[in-house]
Amino acid sequence: MKRIILTIKLFLVSVLFSSLAAAAGGGYPLDEANVDPSDKASLQRGAKYYQNYCAGCHATQYQRYERVADDLGIPHDLMMEHLVFDKSAKIGDLMHNSMDPDEAKVWFGATPPDLTLVSRVKGGPDWLYTYLRTFYEDPSRPYGVNNKVFPDVGMPHVLLGLQGVQIDNCGDTDPTARDPLTGDKICGLTVDPERKGSMTPTEYDQMAYDLTNFLAYSAEPMQEQRKQLGIYVYLFLALFFVFAYLLKREFWKDVH
Amino acid sequence: MGNKIMAWVDARLPVTQAWEKHLSKYYAPKNFNFWYFFGSLALLVLVNQLLTGIWLTMSYVPSAEAAFASVEYIMRDVEYGWLIRYMHSTGASMFFVVIYCHMFRGLLYGSYKAPRELIWIFGMAIYLALMGEAFMGYLLPWGQMSYWGAQVIISLFGAIPVIGPDLQQWIRGDFLISGITLNRFFALHVIALPIVILGLVVLHILALHEVGSNNPDGIDIKKNKGPDGVPLDGIAFHPYYTVKDIVGVVVFLFVFCGIIFFFPEMGGFFLEHANFEPANGLKTPEHIAPVWYFGAFYSILRAITFDIGPIDSKLGGVIAMGGAIAILFVLPWLDRSPVRSWRYKGMVSRTSIVVFAFVFILLTWLGTQPATKTYTLIAQICTLIYFAFFLLMPFYTRWEKTKPVPERVTG
Repeated sequence: MKRIILTIKLFLVSVLFSSLAAAAGGGYPLDEANVDPSDKASLQRGAKYYQNYCAGCHATQYQRYERVADDLGIPHDLMMEHLVFDKSAKIGDLMHNSMDPDEAKVWFGATPPDLTLVSRVKGGPDWLYTYLRTFYEDPSRPYGVNNKVFPDVGMPHVLLGLQGVQIDNCGDTDPTARDPLTGDKICGLTVDPERKGSMTPTEYDQMAYDLTNFLAYSAEPMQEQRKQLGIYVYLFLALFFVFAYLLKREFWKDVH
Repeated sequence: MGNKIMAWVDARLPVTQAWEKHLSKYYAPKNFNFWYFFGSLALLVLVNQLLTGIWLTMSYVPSAEAAFASVEYIMRDVEYGWLIRYMHSTGASMFFVVIYCHMFRGLLYGSYKAPRELIWIFGMAIYLALMGEAFMGYLLPWGQMSYWGAQVIISLFGAIPVIGPDLQQWIRGDFLISGITLNRFFALHVIALPIVILGLVVLHILALHEVGSNNPDGIDIKKNKGPDGVPLDGIAFHPYYTVKDIVGVVVFLFVFCGIIFFFPEMGGFFLEHANFEPANGLKTPEHIAPVWYFGAFYSILRAITFDIGPIDSKLGGVIAMGGAIAILFVLPWLDRSPVRSWRYKGMVSRTSIVVFAFVFILLTWLGTQPATKTYTLIAQICTLIYFAFFLLMPFYTRWEKTKPVPERVTG
């Protein structure tokens, strides 16, 4: 018995280590996106925003229009009419874009990366969700904006018209500092009341969420199917275990 | 009818004889515990890797231009391609989990000691081939970590005096890691090394069945035989251990499928985040970490931060890493204890094994982390303990007082 306990202890230590390591991280504190790949309405809105605001510069070259349409429940004709702007493209095509990579490099300092897998590259959707919401005014940058999670990013704030101009009012104050009484953040990013966008901050956050949700989906489109199948596999294994265990017990009756 | 066919076959190929020798009349000790599941589980994972590997090869394109996109093609456009790919990627990591447990079992119960030295050596050769197999397979998705991980490992060969730089170029087949490297790694990963591993597995099992399995008590069950010549503490591998191992397989599959279906990236340990970005020779990732299963040896490599006489720290690290693996091969001759199992060894041995296991896990974890000052110091201490465990073994195993070993297995 002692030996079994020791065995379990050794096993637990190794599990503990792996979970400790997984918790480690760094940089600007990320806001939790809590994406929901089963929320089709959000994904459809995300696809709409993505095609309208992102796809001009970024490709999604590992994903097909058809897959997006089918997974998100968008009829093919509506997809072609409203979300595929390249009129030479067919529904089964990969979601390339027409920006010349060499020219893009001259315009932005770097070719805009492909976004199919961006959510997985960044270790999860939280980074994206925070990134989309932390552009702020910085006259020292070529496009007049900078970003909190991606300092000196080459990308202009293409959603500026929606969000309005955000100002970082922290100055020398620690951006993570909180009021000891109320627990509220002392400073941070706020939209300049003189230069508001067409969306309220709540609407903008929802839009950033929808976009993040869509990109998290596109990074692993089979996510829902994967978990669903996993449940069936577990049910089978549970049943299999019962029979396997009974078979073992039956045979081992005569071992003393 | 059935008997007639079997007799016809047996007259030409000893099928029944082989079945009896290796399964139905192979008598294994009846007191196998938890740790004895990992041998058959290793075989299960090997078969998983071979089958999923074959199916992946059907859609994978081994070229620098198309490899990354072909993996995403498998993930999206191939029917259940994602499942095959996750089974293969999870299988790679689980192979090492299982093998490490299997090796630790050998360490606990002295399974490497006479007359089983060759089994251990074949096992170590499998482990070495497996490391090569895993390393080459990791380049194939052609992601950032594939590329830079391979860059780091291949550059280690450059530390070897005189021939180093040329050797490095010979391995890569180019002045830098390129499509040429990818193609040869593909060939080695899908043909050469699998053949080597399969051959070694056959040798490993043949050698085992020649001398018989060890057991948690480390005693020789063949000493006590019944009138029918069957060891009193032995039971036929089939059906007793086949049905028992099926239970083990199901429990293992709970873990394995849990990862495949619910945590395929395993928090970035089984599939590293940076590997979802295509390889780019001009953009070095901030933190290059090998996959977790190389962590311990990578830590030992990095722990040598100082020059020793004419040996600079880089070569020193390579020597230490090579030594850490090589020393495992001679383990059967380092253990001078009169008993096999740790159950009957003295306190020094018993404590050492636990400390060693802890240190190995710690080194593995450190290998995946950036080398800070504190971490490097811990890695150095752990490296020292790692080597001390083996180098002092001939002394403490001989001098310590052992407990009396029972005549029959204790269950």
